[in-house]
Amino acid sequence: MKLKHTGFLAAATLCASMVLAVPGMAEDRSIIVQSTTSTQNSGLFDHILPMFEKASGIKVNVVAVGTGQAIKNARNCDGDVLFVHAKPAEEKFVAEGYGVKRFDVMYNDFVIVGPAADPAGVSGRRDAAGSLKAIADAEAVFASRGDDSGTHKKELSLWQDAGVDVDAASGTWYRETGSGMGATLNTSVGMGAYAMTDRATWIAFKNKGDFKIAVEGDEAMFNQYGIIQVNPAKCLNVKAEAAKSFVDWIITRGGQSAIAEYKLDGKQLFFANAAKEGAS
Amino acid sequence: MQDFAEAFRLAFGLVAAMDDDLVEIIGLSMRVSLTAVLIAAVVGLPLGALLATVRFTGRAAAVVIVNALMGLPPVVVGLLVYMALSNAGPLGFLQFLYTPAAMIIAQSILITPIVAALTRQIIEQMNAEYAEQFASLSVPWHTRVAALITDARYALLTVLLAGFGRAVAEVGAVIIVGGNIAHLTRVMTTAIALETSKGDLALALALGIVLLAIALAVNGAVMSLRAGAESRAHA
Repeated sequence: MKLKHTGFLAAATLCASMVLAVPGMAEDRSIIVQSTTSTQNSGLFDHILPMFEKASGIKVNVVAVGTGQAIKNARNCDGDVLFVHAKPAEEKFVAEGYGVKRFDVMYNDFVIVGPAADPAGVSGRRDAAGSLKAIADAEAVFASRGDDSGTHKKELSLWQDAGVDVDAASGTWYRETGSGMGATLNTSVGMGAYAMTDRATWIAFKNKGDFKIAVEGDEAMFNQYGIIQVNPAKCLNVKAEAAKSFVDWIITRGGQSAIAEYKLDGKQLFFANAAKEGAS
Repeated sequence: MQDFAEAFRLAFGLVAAMDDDLVEIIGLSMRVSLTAVLIAAVVGLPLGALLATVRFTGRAAAVVIVNALMGLPPVVVGLLVYMALSNAGPLGFLQFLYTPAAMIIAQSILITPIVAALTRQIIEQMNAEYAEQFASLSVPWHTRVAALITDARYALLTVLLAGFGRAVAEVGAVIIVGGNIAHLTRVMTTAIALETSKGDLALALALGIVLLAIALAVNGAVMSLRAGAESRAHA
């Protein structure tokens, strides 16, 4: 009888030791940054965070979700810093007292990608709204994030400029994936649909199939990233000092040059543009 | 699809090189899911035995509920645990969000009903077989449960493996409460989701192959443990 239980006992002891080994809390010198998938999927964080961690001794833990969800998480006080790309929503976040102050960090741009066959004949165009109108007129399939992310918000504003009611077309040629950028790109490549993506994610994306950038270069597709320290007055558990040093680093020389020097396939993905004195 | 061949090549490459990141991710996957199985066993085995052996009002309803909870959607569990552990939630003071502890909690909630429901099924059948003996010897309740669990231990081991399988393969809950943070809460499934979102399908598939291999190894280890115990028992 005793022998039969030895195995179970050993397994139980092993499991118990694992429970004890689980760190309940992150170490003191660490912060949580609520950010967006483009900054993570493009490899930017892998490049710049080790530099900051080395210089400051502060570990940066990134939760990469859509901008909409990142802002919601930060509103719940589940983060020390917000680093996203939807300026109006960011300014609202600060105005409501959740953030200390918003700073410009960097920009890149959005592009519309599509299949080589180019059913809407938009390849090579520059005007975003006109191209979207052409896609709508041709009823060419378009895959939207549909997830309240920064990219989704920007896409909706461009449809508005184009005078197209996408809600009415949802489920027909306009398809809302309700997923992140990468998942949406996988879907659009799979069904030959046009999609709007930030350039950094597109360059880093590996499942391009025969897809190419169709539309690029419109000022309306400018994509500005901002950073905000979560307000310790609103969220008592914010690691204010560490969060502030990260924000300060990002918007001054160290962070800005780290962002500017990050390249993938020889292409610069983000262009640092924080104001010199750190004012927004 | 050259992705398949590429995925196998990558998978073997990753394992052969004992890639540090991969070892870390596998380690965390095992730690989180095995701990969740342990918790599910501690709660679910007695709960299942209780449902199987004790007659009480509302027992039928309790059985239906536990059975239905086997179908808990991971994303919903993730959301509930997130809302509870968030700094804006009732358990925020624990500071468990975005740590492995939060992931263990979510997986435990997911698999405890599986363990309890399957345990009830197994023990109930056995209890019916033994009912007369128990009655004639007037065995007290707790001794009965202990005897039933001991006799059903190999079937229950399979139950725990089912729980482990669900836990280790689950992504919806752990990605919400863990946040898929590199070197902190990234496990096999969230890493697969990340590589898929990067469009690196070959690497994602390679990680999937590694995860399957681990599941095979765990199942194999448990089965050989069982075979060893059985042969000793019969010796």
